[in-house]
Amino acid sequence: MANNHLTGIGSESKQLATWYFTFAAILFGAQLLFGLVAAIQYVMPGFMFEVLDFSVARMLHINALVVWMVFAMFGAVYWLLPDETGIETVGIKIGKLLFWVFAAAIVVVVLVYLFIQVGPADEMSIWFIHEGREYIEAPRWADFGIVVVALGFVANLFLTGMKGKQTGIVTVLMADMIAFAGLYLCGMFFTDNISVDQYWWWWVIHLWVEATWEVYVGALAAYGLITMLGAHRKVVEMWLWIEVTMLFGSGILGMGHHYFWIGTPEYWWEIGALFSALEPLPLVAMFIHVLYDWGKTQGEQDAQGQELSVIRNKPAFTWFVLNAFGNFLGAGIWGFFHTLPQVNLYTHGTQFTSAHGHLAFFGAYATILIGMMYIAIQGTNGIKIMNHTRSSIWSVSLLSGGMMGMTVALTIAGYVQVLVSRAQMGATWAGYFDGQSGMWFAQAMDWRLIMGLVMFAGFALLAKDFLTTGKNPVHQR
Amino acid sequence: MAKRSVWSDNRFWQRSAAWITGFASVLLIWLTFDTMAQITIGTDEDLKNGVTKRVPSPTVINYKITYEMSTKRGHEVPIIGGNDGQGMSLFQEKEMFFGRDDWSEEEATELLHLGKLGSQVKNCMNCHTLLGNGAYYAPDLTKAWLDPQWGPNGSMQAMTGKNTKEEAMAEFLQNPSKYPTHARMMPNLGITAEEAKGLVAFLKHMSSIDTNGFPRNFGKIEGAVHGK
Repeated sequence: MANNHLTGIGSESKQLATWYFTFAAILFGAQLLFGLVAAIQYVMPGFMFEVLDFSVARMLHINALVVWMVFAMFGAVYWLLPDETGIETVGIKIGKLLFWVFAAAIVVVVLVYLFIQVGPADEMSIWFIHEGREYIEAPRWADFGIVVVALGFVANLFLTGMKGKQTGIVTVLMADMIAFAGLYLCGMFFTDNISVDQYWWWWVIHLWVEATWEVYVGALAAYGLITMLGAHRKVVEMWLWIEVTMLFGSGILGMGHHYFWIGTPEYWWEIGALFSALEPLPLVAMFIHVLYDWGKTQGEQDAQGQELSVIRNKPAFTWFVLNAFGNFLGAGIWGFFHTLPQVNLYTHGTQFTSAHGHLAFFGAYATILIGMMYIAIQGTNGIKIMNHTRSSIWSVSLLSGGMMGMTVALTIAGYVQVLVSRAQMGATWAGYFDGQSGMWFAQAMDWRLIMGLVMFAGFALLAKDFLTTGKNPVHQR
Repeated sequence: MAKRSVWSDNRFWQRSAAWITGFASVLLIWLTFDTMAQITIGTDEDLKNGVTKRVPSPTVINYKITYEMSTKRGHEVPIIGGNDGQGMSLFQEKEMFFGRDDWSEEEATELLHLGKLGSQVKNCMNCHTLLGNGAYYAPDLTKAWLDPQWGPNGSMQAMTGKNTKEEAMAEFLQNPSKYPTHARMMPNLGITAEEAKGLVAFLKHMSSIDTNGFPRNFGKIEGAVHGK
């Protein structure tokens, strides 16, 4: 990304976007590395024992995941905002300052995770080491930092949206991002009551990944279809509103599927089952929408007698289509597998959840955010038509093939756990290890590690492709 | 010009999105009020008066806890201080916890506070699951207090050289890699004797939370194929 062809209105905002994307890509690599450490520990339990234990490696794995995605999401908004509103982002100087604050805070948090790891059981540890709550482990001081940065980001978005042209996409993003930022507050308190703790913890985790983030993806997909294909804004935005209706209509009360077993009342069984069973529907709609617009614009081109592809950025579009399918498969199908309480009673807290988590985060979010990085690289290098390269094809194949293989391996491991540890052995300590020692479980974990290495190779090629785009003659400038 | 259909009108879908999102949010908030009332931690008075709470008082550590079938609800529930035969708690039978069964509400709350803090600071959730949530590298802790492994017929008391469940658990937590039960060991997390006591209180309290029958058949199955 050495060459900078960003000029004119919005070039400041787009430059900030590339900073966010660069930091996100680095964290994506870190996520995969710590995931590999944890995967090796399943196969060789002594690996880095009491040096970098599973708990620490896993915390870094999932925190790097959340943070790289948030960075890429912020970056994508700064990228598309000038295109949508027609003006430079308002308050971009503060936006740039906050980027450095955010990045520096993340580096400090990671260093503390790595080198301090645990502290004594007191409030100081919660404030300065970590909070020990899956996905939102960041220490309390960092929570406040995140709130400040998020407020700055939301202010940039709102001031720009209100001053410039307020398209449907910008309107959806404004409503969505304020909810996204506000929900983080639900995870910022301590309580002795673990049921109350987990109740509010899910307000952050679930209402992010199964509601606000999904709507965000809908808005990004809409932007991508307009920029990459020249799809009609009116049609795209109508689909977007339908998606918002369906996503929030099912996702908000779909939260009930996390309230089956944490001490909360039985009525969540019915509410959670009904609404979370509806959650795959908008994901089907999003998939159909992308294919429909692709076919429609290509058909119009063909009718004019032109043989050319309508796609202006082929690697990005590949990732966008993978997103539409991966979201449906990972979040929709793999989520539906175990969302009914009758099934979830046995699958809750097994590798089944892990299989779903991996494919859903990758399919629903990693894909489209990588696609946005390609759009930014195209813009930064002043490329008119961006073509596939050998690295871009291999990286997309290895990353998604590796993830699919990993998901299948974890699903098989999950079956073993459900049948042996849960159904047969009643979920005890002995039952747990009976399941873990089984041959099928062990083989599944071997395959998961192999697939993790495949993914890492895919990431290396992705990084290579990003870094060599500037000089590659295959693209039309 | 043909009459435009409402189904292809952006305004219609925009309004639908706003109304449906608003309705779902209001319903969620309303249910949250109801749920919060039901999962607020109980008091020692509740236990003494035989009032069943979904999340009982921290003084539940003074009582014997089991996990048994409720005929009314059709799944297992925590039974505190003895079973009336139908799966309802009697709140009578006490049990020593670190040599005492008269922990006051203040003392027990302090112990639970220390244990809950410890559970977060020591990062339990990134290997274990608690109430089924967390990582899958180590056993679920929801009903760990009731695991037969720690009971009089289990191996952990003999292994740690302790005579009670709570002392065996506390000893294990302080020196986990000294007592491996599997090639995958728990690392030393610098847990002090006092913190271990708090963590065991936290685990005992968690086992008394009404989790709607999760996990099913916990600790009931013996002698299944490959069973212990």
